Amino acid sequence: MSTVEELQKKVKELEAKLAAAQGNVGPARQKIEVMSSEVVDSNPYSRLMALKRMGIVGNYEKIRELSVAVVGVGGVGSVTAEMLTRCGIGKLILFDYDKVELANMNRLFFQPHQAGLSKVDAAAGTLQAINPDVAIDAYNYNITTVDNFQKFCDTIRTGSLTGGPVDLVLSCVDNFEARMAINTACNELDQKWFESGVSENAVSGHIQFIVPGETACFACAPPLVVASKIDERTLKREGVCAASLPTTMGIVAGFLVQNTLKYLLEFGTVSHYLGYSALTDFFPSMSLKPNPQCDDAYCRARQAEVRARPVVEVATEVTEDVAPVHADNEWGISLVDENSPVDDDVSNLKLVDGVQVAYSIPVDNSTPESSTGGAVAASELSLEELMQQMKSM
Amino acid sequence: MVDESTRKTLSSIPLLQTKAGPRDKELWTTRLKEEYQALIKYVQNNKAADNDWFRLESDKTGTKWFGKCWFVHNLLKYEFDLEFDIPITYPTTAPELALPGLDGKTAKMYRGGKICLTDHFKPLWARNVPKFGIAHAMALGLGPWLAVEIPDLIEKGVITYQEKTEDAK
Repeated sequence: MSTVEELQKKVKELEAKLAAAQGNVGPARQKIEVMSSEVVDSNPYSRLMALKRMGIVGNYEKIRELSVAVVGVGGVGSVTAEMLTRCGIGKLILFDYDKVELANMNRLFFQPHQAGLSKVDAAAGTLQAINPDVAIDAYNYNITTVDNFQKFCDTIRTGSLTGGPVDLVLSCVDNFEARMAINTACNELDQKWFESGVSENAVSGHIQFIVPGETACFACAPPLVVASKIDERTLKREGVCAASLPTTMGIVAGFLVQNTLKYLLEFGTVSHYLGYSALTDFFPSMSLKPNPQCDDAYCRARQAEVRARPVVEVATEVTEDVAPVHADNEWGISLVDENSPVDDDVSNLKLVDGVQVAYSIPVDNSTPESSTGGAVAASELSLEELMQQMKSM
Repeated sequence: MVDESTRKTLSSIPLLQTKAGPRDKELWTTRLKEEYQALIKYVQNNKAADNDWFRLESDKTGTKWFGKCWFVHNLLKYEFDLEFDIPITYPTTAPELALPGLDGKTAKMYRGGKICLTDHFKPLWARNVPKFGIAHAMALGLGPWLAVEIPDLIEKGVITYQEKTEDAK
C-alpha cells in the first residue's frame, strides 16, 4: 500500500509526462526575428542561408514572408509540413478532418502517443516546437461539404501573412473528391497549386503543378496514373482498401516540397508533372496543356484569360543556332511553348511514356449504359411532395 | 466489370439530366427533384422484385442524407444506419456512402465508415456524369458491397443478429 506522499509524487510525475506529451513544455528555443547567415551551432538557419552564399538561391530570407496551405495532413502532408517548417516558411495553414490512429504509424511524423488527437492539432503542436518562427493555423474540417468549402475558399483567399491569398496550395489528400474540391476552389480563385498523390498499392506517386489556365487542371483529364508494371489482375485487393509505405510517401513529399521551394524562391526549373514508379525507379516528367473542353467552367475562363494576355512577357534569348542542342533525347524531355495558340485537338493531352489516364471518358453524349428506365421527366410534384413520397414508402 | 444482375438493376433506374451541384442554387433544386424521382422509382422496382433493401431521406438542402439499409442472410435481417454528404463537386464525383456503425469493423472501409468501392465504380461513374445519381450509387456501390461484406462479417462474428420488433415492410 502506497502512502499519500508516494501517490502525490507519482501524480506529479505523470502530470509532467502528460504536459511533455501534449507539448505544453514551451518552445525549445526563442523566436528569431531575422534569419541570420552566421555559421554557428546555435543558428537553426545557417545551413539554409548557405544556399545564398553558394549561389543556389538568390534571396532565401524571402521564405519568411511566404504562406503555404497544406490540405491533408497524412503520410505526405505531415512530412511536407515538417519540411516547410524546418525551412522556415512564414506561415503554414493546415487542413484535415481526420484523427491520428495507430494504423498511421507505418508512415513518418506522427507518434503513437498522439493517437486520438486531430491530425491538424497534433501536427501544429509538433511543428511549433520544431520551429516557433512559423505561424501555423490549423483547420479541422472536411473541405468538400457546402459550408466548409466556402470557409476553405475564404481562408485560401485571405490566409497569407498580409491578409491576401496564400502563395501556394499543396494538395496532400488521399481521395478524388477532395482533389476535385481543391481544383474547383483554385480555378475559381486563380490560385496556383500542386497536386500530389501516392497510389493505393503504395508503389507509385506523382506531383503536378497547376497554374489555372496555363497548365492542365485536375479536371482537364481523367486522373493520371504512373504505370506500375503490375498486372491489375494479379493485384490482390482482398480485405484491404489501401496499402502505404513511408518510403514512397516520403519521396513524394520530398518532390513536392523541392518544387515548392523552387517555385517560391525562384531557383531551378519547376516540374509541371513528375511521376515516380517505385518498382522500376522510373521518373517520367512532362508538361501538360489545359483541355479547351475542360468540364470546369472556371478552367476554361482562366484559359481565355491566358490567351488574351500579351505575349511580350517572355524575354527570349535570340540564338542563331538552329541545330538541336541535344541530338538524342534519351529521356523524352520536351519543352512546350506556353505562348503558342492552343490547337484544335480535343484531348490536347500529350502524355509521356509511363503515364496514362486511369480511365477514358467517351466524348459523345450518347448513353453508354443503356437504361430501360428512361430519363426522369420533369415532375409535376414539388420537391417537398417528392421528399414526402420517398419518406412514406 | 459489373455483374449481370447489377447491370439489370442499374438499367431500370431512370437517368438524371441536370448537371448541378449543391452550390448551383435553383438548378440544384431541379437536380434534387430528379434524384428523388430516380430514388422513388428504384425503391418501387425493388419492392416489385421483392428486394426492398434501403430507405433514404435528406435534409431540406438535399446535401445531408441519412437512412437505413438492410441485408437478409440465412433468413435473418441485419440493419445498418446509412449516411452521406453531397460534396460540392457532385455530380462529377460520386457521394461517399458511409455505414458509421461498421466503422473499424472491416478493412474495406475508409475513415468514418465510408465504404471502399471497387476499381470499376469510379470509371463507370465518371463515364456517366451527370446521368448517374444517388440511386445509381446505391445500386452500383452499396448493394454489391453489402452482398460481399455482410456475409463475411457475420461469418467472422463481427456483426451479430439483433432482435427487432418493427418490420420495415
